[in-house]
Amino acid sequence: MSKTTEQVRKSLKARYSSEKRFRAFGITAVAFGLLAVVVLFTDIISKGTSAFVETYIQLEINWDPEELGIDDPTDPDQINVADYDALIKAALRERFPEVEGRLDRRALYQLASSGAGFKLRDQLVANPDLLGTIQTQWILADDDVDIFIKADAEERQSKRLPEVARPWVEALERDGQTDIQWNASFFSHGDSREPEQAGVWAAVTGSFFTMIVTLVLAFPIGVAAAVYLEEFAPKNRFTDFIEVNINNLAAVPSIIFGLLGLAIFINLFGLPRSVPLVGGLVLTLMTLPTIIISARASIKSVPPSIREAALGMGASRMQMVMHHVLPLAMPGMLTGAIIGMAQALGETAPLLMIGMVAFIVDIPGGPLDASTVLPVQIYLWADSPEASFVALTSAAIMVLLAFLITMNTLAVLLRKRLERRW
Amino acid sequence: METAQKLNDTAQTNPAARMAQEPETMNQRIPYPERTIGKPLCDDPKMSMRNVDVFYGDSQAIYGVDLDIGKNEVIALIGPSGCGKSTFLRCLNRMNDTIDICKVKGSFMLEQDNIYDPKLDVVELRARVGMVFQKPNPFPKSIYENVAYGPRLHGLANKKFELDEIVENSLRKAGLWDEVKDRLDQPGTGLSGGQQQRLCIARSIAVSPEVVLMDEPCSALDPIATAKIEELIDELSGQYTIAIVTHSMQQAARVSQRTAYFHLGRLIEVNDTNTVFTAPEHALTEAYITGRFG
Repeated sequence: MSKTTEQVRKSLKARYSSEKRFRAFGITAVAFGLLAVVVLFTDIISKGTSAFVETYIQLEINWDPEELGIDDPTDPDQINVADYDALIKAALRERFPEVEGRLDRRALYQLASSGAGFKLRDQLVANPDLLGTIQTQWILADDDVDIFIKADAEERQSKRLPEVARPWVEALERDGQTDIQWNASFFSHGDSREPEQAGVWAAVTGSFFTMIVTLVLAFPIGVAAAVYLEEFAPKNRFTDFIEVNINNLAAVPSIIFGLLGLAIFINLFGLPRSVPLVGGLVLTLMTLPTIIISARASIKSVPPSIREAALGMGASRMQMVMHHVLPLAMPGMLTGAIIGMAQALGETAPLLMIGMVAFIVDIPGGPLDASTVLPVQIYLWADSPEASFVALTSAAIMVLLAFLITMNTLAVLLRKRLERRW
Repeated sequence: METAQKLNDTAQTNPAARMAQEPETMNQRIPYPERTIGKPLCDDPKMSMRNVDVFYGDSQAIYGVDLDIGKNEVIALIGPSGCGKSTFLRCLNRMNDTIDICKVKGSFMLEQDNIYDPKLDVVELRARVGMVFQKPNPFPKSIYENVAYGPRLHGLANKKFELDEIVENSLRKAGLWDEVKDRLDQPGTGLSGGQQQRLCIARSIAVSPEVVLMDEPCSALDPIATAKIEELIDELSGQYTIAIVTHSMQQAARVSQRTAYFHLGRLIEVNDTNTVFTAPEHALTEAYITGRFG
């Protein structure tokens, strides 16, 4: 055996073990990441799924015109302002006749959600013949009842439902007069102080309009800036300065952009507060550096031979860019746009500065209506004292993740279509 | 000695010049000729260049070259790496414009037109002077689209059948038609290297240029593909004026009628190809073709 072979054999062992060590590090890192994701998802899902269903209680509703205060059923004004809560209170008194005393009665009335009356009104508006009849109805329960019903027997002790009301709810449950149903209002309502009525839809539409504004502004501006800087701008100190500044902008804390938006768009230009248009403008400023940097990188990665070929054929610079460089760089640019938009979708801080943190009940109809966005809604709910908001917060996080995944899937599909595999 | 010193300086800044350091010992022994030896000028030139100097930033790549390219002739530009032959070729259709630090001096005439006239549109120039590059660079589009790109760009065909005709003719001239006629819609990048290069040639002759510049068109190809390209150049030589840069002296000898020998930015000798290869007049040329350096 020669000396070299001997030396090589010796070093081989060390090489193999270092390779193994490195592989072990890699696997540990990946495993740690996966574990974090799994923990996060189980936590969110286990907390949040209960918000997708809510508790109803069955009551005998007597559509008594006297109780409602209606003397003329044909008058829509009377039907609109009638006291529907009185019907529910009467039904609760009917169900638990043994409850006496002002305080106990008040606790009894709180079994039903304070918004349950509106549903009864809608029913009567749709069908005035109900007046005078007696009907069995599922009435939305208060969030304390909801939490109590959803909890296990041993957990119930710690819930917030008043001591006096527990036997009543248990009685209802025993008689099969409670039911857990799909929480449709979560996906159709705006925010509410009552957790059982709060929905995420206003925030979803707000996020949607904000993202549209951001995409429509940030992508074309970012791509145009990248193309100009990469293909047309002279290389001198000034363009170097711009490049450094774009890179710096990408690292600026996002709340600064919020302050900028407040100062410029709202105070100087007088745009309204809390609207997706301003939110979109602020997020555009925030995402532009990301989009420009990634677009420049993907333009740079287009082989120079293609540029030479196009120029050699007599294409102008503009034609070269439009016919060859942009189509080849587009998938990379879209990837950058996805990253930028995902960042923008999850952004809270700058939006707080421009008033998108407001309590918005109505579903926004366009980018000029006051609205909030999903991450801000999550922040608001996480801050609320009622226990039910914990579940709502997690459910809203799931909606945000679903929104994000949908958006990214669309972008990936688009990219796949544009990608040239040759 | 002063020249050698200067070359040494430029060698540190210019990668092309650095490549040329090996034959430095030769330069010191063999002086450059006062003027280009042989017949750099023709009676009936297609292109004529006078007093050409090219600079990359502060370093000079080409020194006072005078050269004519005759009508419908094939002229081969040979010389060691970094001698400025590719740079010179790229001046002929202003491809050097894309390099910011490149400065070109001297007069370049394409028949009666000054190539570097600010009024002359570079788009028009490149339609008249086509180029084939060292590495096959088809567009990532279909074979048809590759060939049709130029005619479309310059509006040479208004109707589909005219375009079809141009595409077929160009592919036929490039000797590629029979191989690709059934798969014109397939990507051009899916062809073999030699086919890709012939596609690039078809693409440049599709706009019927007057001159075709070829920058080492065979350097990335195997011998069989090279043979095909050479055959093709032979066939095209009657219809087009061709200037070809090559590293292979055999190739220069096979395809060209005239050969120009460049050495470190200077045009040393231009003569009939036969003369250059059998009886070179200058010692540097002789040293190069006998393989003493390069």
